[in-house]
Parts: sequence; structure tokens; C-alpha cells
Amino acid sequence: MSTAVGARPALVWAVNISVLLLVAIWTIPTLGILVSSFRDKDQLVVSGWWTALTPSEQSMMARAAPPDEAVQQHGQWVISGNVFGENTGRVSAFGTSIQRPGEFEPGTSAEMDGGMITIEENGDYSITYPEQPEGRRGERLFFTSVEPPKFTTANYETVLFSEGIGQSFINTMTVTIPATVIPILIAAYAAYALSWMEFPGRALLLATIVGLLVVPLQMALIPLLRLYNDIGVGKSYIGIWLAHTGFGLPLAIYLLRNYIAGLPREIIESAKVDGATDFDIFRKIILPLSFPALASFAIFQFLWVWNDLLVATVFLGNNEDQLVMTGRLRELLGSRGGNWEILTASAFVAIIVPIVVFFALQRYLVRGLLAGSVKGG
Amino acid sequence: MAGVLMKNIKKSYGTTAVIHGINLEIRSGEFVVFVGPSGCGKSTLLRMIAGLESITGGDMYIGEERVNDIPPSQRGIAMVFQSYALYPHMSVYDNMAFGMKIAKAPKADIEKRVREAAEILQLTPYLNRLPKALSGGQRQRVAIGRAIVRNPKVFLFDEPLSNLDAALRVATRIEIAKLKESMPDSTMIYVTHDQVEAMTLADRIVVLSAGNVEQVGPPIELYERPANLFVAQFIGSPAMNVQRARIDQTGEKTTIRLGERKADLPIPSPADMAGAEVHFGVRPEDLTVASNGNGLIDGRVNIVESLGEVTNVYLDVENAPEPIVVKLPGVQRFNRGEIVSLAAAPDKMHLFNEKGRSLLHL
Amino acid sequence: MAVTHATTGPAANGTGFASFLTTIPVTLAVMAIGLAVSIAGAVAVYALLAFILPDSRLLGAIVVMFLGVAACFGYFWSSNKLLDTFYPAAGANIAINLTKANAIRPWLFLGPALIVLGIYLVYPVINSIVLSFYGPTGENWVGLYNYQWLAGDGAFRESVRNNILWLLVVPAAATFFGLVAAALTDRISWGNLAKSLIFMPMAISFIGASVIWKFIYDYRPEGAEQIGLLNAIVTLLGGSPQAWITVPFWNNFFLMVVLIWIQTGFAMVILSAALRGIPEETIEAAVIDGASPFQIFYKIKVPQIWGTIAVVWTTITILVLKVFDIVLAMTNGQWGTQVLANYMFDWMFRGLDFGRASTIALVIMIMVVPIMIWNIREARKDMR
Ligand SMILES: Nc1ncnc2c1ncn2[C@@H]1O[C@H](COP(=O)(O)OP(=O)(O)O)[C@@H](O)[C@H]1O
Ligand SMILES: [Mg+2]
Repeated sequence: MSTAVGARPALVWAVNISVLLLVAIWTIPTLGILVSSFRDKDQLVVSGWWTALTPSEQSMMARAAPPDEAVQQHGQWVISGNVFGENTGRVSAFGTSIQRPGEFEPGTSAEMDGGMITIEENGDYSITYPEQPEGRRGERLFFTSVEPPKFTTANYETVLFSEGIGQSFINTMTVTIPATVIPILIAAYAAYALSWMEFPGRALLLATIVGLLVVPLQMALIPLLRLYNDIGVGKSYIGIWLAHTGFGLPLAIYLLRNYIAGLPREIIESAKVDGATDFDIFRKIILPLSFPALASFAIFQFLWVWNDLLVATVFLGNNEDQLVMTGRLRELLGSRGGNWEILTASAFVAIIVPIVVFFALQRYLVRGLLAGSVKGG
Repeated sequence: MAGVLMKNIKKSYGTTAVIHGINLEIRSGEFVVFVGPSGCGKSTLLRMIAGLESITGGDMYIGEERVNDIPPSQRGIAMVFQSYALYPHMSVYDNMAFGMKIAKAPKADIEKRVREAAEILQLTPYLNRLPKALSGGQRQRVAIGRAIVRNPKVFLFDEPLSNLDAALRVATRIEIAKLKESMPDSTMIYVTHDQVEAMTLADRIVVLSAGNVEQVGPPIELYERPANLFVAQFIGSPAMNVQRARIDQTGEKTTIRLGERKADLPIPSPADMAGAEVHFGVRPEDLTVASNGNGLIDGRVNIVESLGEVTNVYLDVENAPEPIVVKLPGVQRFNRGEIVSLAAAPDKMHLFNEKGRSLLHL
Repeated sequence: MAVTHATTGPAANGTGFASFLTTIPVTLAVMAIGLAVSIAGAVAVYALLAFILPDSRLLGAIVVMFLGVAACFGYFWSSNKLLDTFYPAAGANIAINLTKANAIRPWLFLGPALIVLGIYLVYPVINSIVLSFYGPTGENWVGLYNYQWLAGDGAFRESVRNNILWLLVVPAAATFFGLVAAALTDRISWGNLAKSLIFMPMAISFIGASVIWKFIYDYRPEGAEQIGLLNAIVTLLGGSPQAWITVPFWNNFFLMVVLIWIQTGFAMVILSAALRGIPEETIEAAVIDGASPFQIFYKIKVPQIWGTIAVVWTTITILVLKVFDIVLAMTNGQWGTQVLANYMFDWMFRGLDFGRASTIALVIMIMVVPIMIWNIREARKDMR
């Protein structure tokens, strides 16, 4: 914008840093669940996701070989092995009690239960006893292991196939596609009539539609639920499609009317001189020219329906066949409140489609927002 | 072909009347220009002919048919809009073919007519382009082409040149003149607020003001014998100078008194106007500088505009509310404050009565 | 085909209210036939497809979608055709026919929208008002009982208090951050990228956002490694970790953060457009007058976009009144965080009392009404 002569570099820096900070605050929360959803579920619970790339220290316990495996060497009895068993790892410290797993450096020796224990960095341990040890079970070895970062898609496999998110994804699609497309055509015809046709009550109708824009959904739920039960629609997809159509219609008509009324009047008159009927004009002139507005509304409606929980909860059932993703996420929050690996992966599946749509079609979304709100501003 | 006949045509929006009863006959094959200041109702009148605006009162005929209730597409008209009104999502070809397609004309006919029109307007190379890939002048030609393809009895133009820049405007004006020549049978009605367009294009000009016809006539007649003060001052640039005068003598010729000076005009006046106050008018280009104070009007030089080909001099005259403008050929030099005496040939002078009506048109 | 056009009043061709009434039967007949034809067609095709195709719901949805669109189109096409056959734009009666057809056609275009709006919005508003005078099942008349109950209900008062808090904080904060973000991002080279990223939460569902923020507020007992970002920062700074969403009173603000986070992008986008719409000359004049960047912002720019700020503010206000997902997901109204929308939901689903739930919904509606009136007034000014 206005880059007047002599803009102070300090100010420019301050602006850049402030924006960086804002962007950080607005992206880090989402980044958090994205990173977490790919982390190993054992690491996820013990360390913050921001440490995901650094190796994590974990307090571990292993059991040494049982005393009867002790062998005699140089007059002493020795039990040896590796704390990681078959696996490999790195020991950063060890201790002799569960409270202090980081007491000793690897490679040093420590006294324990009448023997001396040494654990090397690679996990090799040896316990030497002056006499033959007794007992049936091996000693417990406490150490701090350094785990390399572990990433996995296992969380996604779990949520998609065993937690039902996959099915919910399909259910959400089933709701969203028709609920986005059906209102557009109905609204476009109405918007054309409200823009370019003359009839008594037009102004009143427009005012009513602007009024309906802000009617809280809560008002509609109970009467419609009763109506649906009375006429036998019950909880069905057709019911929710129509409900979303109804709730989206005021915005659709309002947005499209603003756009269609702004089309040059001379183009429409020219078509009339050319002999086009209103029906022709709508199909051959208005619809193609209104594409940007139709796209804006389609995105709005898509995001709104995809992200909706309320309407789905009221008009669809809880069964496997009808539970949408937002509903499933809500259930998981209740039943799996502490299982962050499930929650983060599920949340990410739920938000990825709208985010992709958002980034791909942002232009139209912004245009629609502006058409819908800056009016009068 | 067909002319247009208006009988007491009226238009009002709600309670505000904008056209107050217009009677006008436009002959078949004529090029008529509606001219008048912005907001006087030119477009409204044209749109009533087109059928884009309903007619509040009176009768409108195109050819023999009363068209008040006929939809635009059945009136045998075509219209060219100021903003071109091209369909932005259709190619030039489709723009021109749209009307015939709607009328379900055979493909071959459409093709033939569109190609012919494109040929006339040199649009053939652009037929597959979208309007946004054309220049302003080309767009305007497409709009005209669209009208030609309809093969109308009456062409209607609503300020078709006002969105073009000055040079293009002249070029397109000439093209429209040529188009008219090549279609002598078509009636053309052309709306403009630009008097140069009106003067150069029209067979007859209709001067409108505030919803009324002020005068109808060929361009030169309007220039030479304006029917009233409005027309006199609207046609011609700079506008005609008008001053208060008093009639001294009536008769075949009229003598007027302008301040201390007198002038004889070859304009008849009725006897009952003796001593009456009148408006005396003379065009800036009809004034000359008289040698040493022998002119009709003396003025003090205030502003001098040198345009090269002409020089406009604005002079303050005693007791006159407006300065007098003189348009002199070539470059001329004056000093500010200099007193200049102006003269004019008697047959270039105009007289208007109290109500602004020309004495020639009483 | 129309002789009268957008700007000409209906009075122009002599149709008054009386002649409008006479067109109603024909309008309804044409609409009904059009609807019947198109719906019957769609149902027939659907039945045929259902017979042929294997059972797959997504496929079914797509088929239904196409049929729905086709039925819509069929309705518009057939009803228009019917009207044109009824009143042809030719022949001796052309003037009368055109007048009649022009009086009827708008209603054909509006028909489906009016029916749907009527069923899904207008009827419910009226019905909710009625239901608020009835008992739990909506069958027995209880007069003002629900209102009396509401007046004495503690949870309701808590909800109202919290809603007021939300109304005070969220629109203000989102608008403020949006304004700051708009002003700052307009001045840097990577502003558009920054805008996109700040705008992104707009695409996330409230419930998704709730999971995201719940993760940030996650709490582990003192001494354990914190995996919630907020507690990690607090411990890093030497504080002790908190279960944020249970801290009385303040937990409301932690929930509000979620909505502010979502809505800031919206405010930013709109305000940024408004800021860019300010005539450059006014800013340049201020620069020449020696105003500092901050003075230019607060004294030149902001006053010029008050109208837009008001629009953003009211839009977010309406949203705040309707939001329930966040509260439902984060606390379900526990620990003193109940809000009206969630409370209504509670009575509807857990309490199964339609009368009380309707009464609460009405309270939300009443809070929206002033904004509704303001909107209508603004829109009417606009549409002239
Ligand atoms: N739809 C309308 N409603 C009310 N007044 C109108 C309308 N259209 C035009 N007018 C008025 O009618 C007058 C004539 O307008 P118009 O024919 O467009 O003038 P112009 O001579 O500039 O083409 C103007 O005063 C204008 O304000
Ligand atoms: Mg005009």
C-alpha cells in the first residue's frame, strides 16, 4: 500500500514481526493436531507435540535375566544382557530405584542389592555378585532411554477403519452434496424474479428474506422435528437435505439477488429485444454470468453443511448409517476424551476436506463474503 | 419499410411525469436524431419506441401497426446501447446470432446473415473472440452488427458513441453515416446529447427539453432559424449570445434598441409588439470587431481563449448579466481591459419574445 | 416475453391489486401442474434406478442430487411452457395475454423458494411461539408456565449471563484482531499468504476447532510432562498447570477464544477490503499533513470504515447467539459455562421438554430481533 518516501525500517520490521506472531497464533493450534495425529501413540502421551522432532527421553524399566543364568567369571557371578532385548536403543542414564532412573551415567557402576550394576550406553548391562545370586526372578533395571522420533499412520488406520470415521466421512458426503446443489437452482430463479421482474409485494418479500437471514436455527428445530414425525419423514437423508436447503435459502437468495441485480440492465434488455423470454434470459444470460456468485454460495453452503453438527444431530439418527463426522467427533470427545491419537486423527480427517476446498476456492469465498456483508458499509 | 408515428405520447413514473405528450412523425428511411440535455427524456422516448418502457398515454405506431402492447422483439426494431450491452460470455458470432437462434431460424440463414453483417463492419477476423478481447470501437461495431443481423425496420441508437474516446468517436460517426447510406430504406433514430453528432448525422433533428419537443427540423434550419431561445442556445458552440433589447419599430423589418444603439433586423414583427421587451440573440461566430466604436455592442475584454484555429473573446458588457462571447477566426491578440466594439450582419441576428419564442416562428 | 420491465411499476399497465387477485387461481394451477409433473418424473426415474442399481448410498445421493436438479429445472421449464401456451404472446389478445403472463410468471419463478422458506423458516417461527405456551410434549396448554419457570431458573440466568459475556467479548475481540490483521497484512509483501493462514480457521467446524483447542488446554497434574501447549508455556514460565476449562468464570473466556480464533479471519477479510476501498487521496493528504502511521490509521482510516465495522460486528453477534457446538464439545455447559443455545439443546434432547426448549429458543430469537430490524433497514436503503 502507501509506501511513502522515508518509511522507517524499524516500523517495517515491527509490522513483519507482528504479522508473523499473528500467523503463528492462528496456525499453531491446527499444526498441533496435525503433528500429533502422526505421532506414535506412546510418545504422544508423554511429550508435547512441539518436541516431536527431537528424540524423547523416557523412563523405562526392564528385567534382568533370572539369577540362575548367572555365570561364573573370575571368581564372581555375572548376569549380563541388554536392556532393550531384541531391539536397539540408547540409554542416557540409569538408576537403582524407580524414583531415580537418571541417577548414574551410563558406563559407571552402582551398587544394588548386594551386587554391582553397570549399564552401557548401548543397553548392555552386567550385574556382578560376589556369590551366586538366588531367587527366581531377575532384577528390575531402571533406566532412561532416549527414543528416536517415531511417526506413524497407524492412528489414521485406526480411526478410518475401526472408529467409524471412514463411514462417517461417506455419510457427511451424502448429506453435503445434495444439500449444496439443490438450493442453488431454487434460489437463482427466485433471485432473478426479485431482481428483474415486477410484481406486487416485491419489496416486502425482499425485506422478509433479509429478516429470515438471521433467524436462529434453534427456532426451527422443534417445529420441524414434530412436523417430520407427523408426516412420517422421520430421520432421513431427504429430510436433512430439505432442511439444509431451507436454512441456506435466505443467504442464497440474498447473495444471488445482490449479484444478479447488479448485472447490466442493458444486457437483459438487449436480450429482450432479441426476443428472449424471461426463461431464456435466465438460462442463457443470467446463469452463465452469475457463475462467480453461484460459486460463492456453493462454497458457503458446502462449508456450512459439512461443518454442521446441530442440524445433523436433530434430523439424522445416531446409527452407523447416518452419523456424520461432526457427530462422530462429538461422540469420540465423550467416549475417548483422553485418547489424543484418536481425537487428533479424527479431527484432521474431519477438517481436511473443508480446508482443501477453502484454499482452492478462497477467491470465491472472499467475494461472497464481501457481497454478503459490505453492502451498506 | 416503416416510419414511426407518435400521437400524444406520455410517460410517467408513479406521479412524476417525464414525457408530456409528444406528437412526432418519423418518415420511413429517415435518419432522425433526438438531442437535448441530459435527463430531458431522450432515452425514455427511445425506449418506449423499443418497447422496453411501457407507454403511459397516447399511441405509438411503427409502420401501420399500433405497437403499444407489442413486445420489443415483435416490433421490428433493433437497438444499440451506449454500453454496447454485448453478452460477455458469448463470442462475437454468438452475440450477433443470438436473436436469430432464439427465433429458431435455420442455421444456414443465421450463418449467412452474421457473415454479411461482419463483412460490412469488418468484423470477420474477430468472429470467434469474446467481447472482452475487443477494443471499444470493435465492441461498438459488434453491437451495431447485432442490430443489422436482426434486419429491423427501425434502428434505435442510444448514445452509441459516448463511451468512445474522441478520435474513435469521429471515426465511428463516419461509419454510422456510411451505414445509413448503404441502407437507405431503414429508418434510424439516434439519441445523443452531442450536437456535433446531431448536426452531422441527422436528416432531421428533434430537440427535446424536459419531456417536450422544442423544435423539429433539418440541422441547418435549426441553426439558422431556431424556434426559441432554448434551441438557439442549445445548438451551436459557444452558445448564442442573448441580450435584453426593446422594440422601437415594428413592421416588415424590426428596429430594436440595444442600450444606446439601434439596429434594423430583416425580421417582421406584429404592431402590438411596439415598445415590447425582447431577447436579442447573435451567435459568437457572427460577431465581428468593428473599427473604432462603430459596432452594436461595446465590451471590455476579460478573457481571451486562443485555440489556434479560432480565438474566443469574453467581453463584459455594461448592464448585461452574462459576458458576450465572440468567436474570431485565426489567432488574434487583445489586451485585458481593452474596449472592443462588435458588429454583426442584420440577417444573422435573432429576436425572441418575452416567452422566448422566435419572432420568425410566431 | 415482457413489455413491462424491471423499473416500471405494476400500476403502469393497469394491474391493480384486484386484477392481481384474479391471477391467483391460474398461478396456483400452473405451479401445481408444474410441480406435479416434475416431481412425478423424478420419482419415476428414481424408482427405475433403484430397481436397476445396487444399493449404495453415496451413489444414491448423487442420483438424487441430479434428479432433484432435474426436477427443479423440469418444474421451471414446464410451468413456463404451460403459461406460454395458456397466454400466448401472439394473436388478437396479445396485450391482455402479456399482461396476465407477466403478472403470473414471477410467482412461478418464486414458487419453490417461497414454499421451502415457508415450511422451514416462517412456519417454525410461528409454531415455536405457540409451543412456548404448551407443555413438554406440545399437547397441553400451560399458559405462561414456561416463562415463569424460565424467570426462576438458575441455569437460565447463568446462560443469559454467559451469553452477555460472549456478546461483549467475542465480536469486539474478533473485530479488533481482524482490524489489526487487516491493517498489518496490507503493508507487507507476504500479506496475502498471511491473510490466507489467518482466514483458514473459517473452514474448520466448531467441533473440529473445539478438539484443536481442547488439546491446547490439555491438563496433566503438576510435575508430569505437559502435552497441552498452554500448560507447557505456563510451567515453562514457572507457573503451575491448570485445568483451564474448569476454572470457574474464566473458563468462559477460554471457550470464547475458540470462536474468536475462527471469526478473526472473517473480520479481517471484510475489513481489509474496506480499508483498501478508502480513497488513497485522503491518506496521502494526511501524510502530507504530517500524520504518523498510527494517527493515519485511527484518525483517517478507521472513521471511514465505521459502517463496515458495524456490519462485521453484527454478523459475529448473530453467530455468537447461535453458537452451541463449542460449549457442547468443550464442557457441555458444566463448570458454569452454559449458554442459551446449548441450554435449549439440552432441554430438547435430554430434558425432552419441547415447551421449555421452545421458550429458550424464543429468547434467542428476541435477542436477534433488533439486529434483524437494523439489517432490513440497511438493506432497504441499499436496494433503492
Ligand atoms: N425508472 C425511473 N424512475 C423514475 N424516474 C426515471 C426513471 N428512469 C428515468 N427517469 C427520469 O426520467 C427523466 C428522463 O430520463 P432519460 O430519458 O434517461 O434522460 P436522457 O435524456 O438523459 O436520456 C430523468 O429525469 C430521469 O430522472
Ligand atoms: Mg440517456
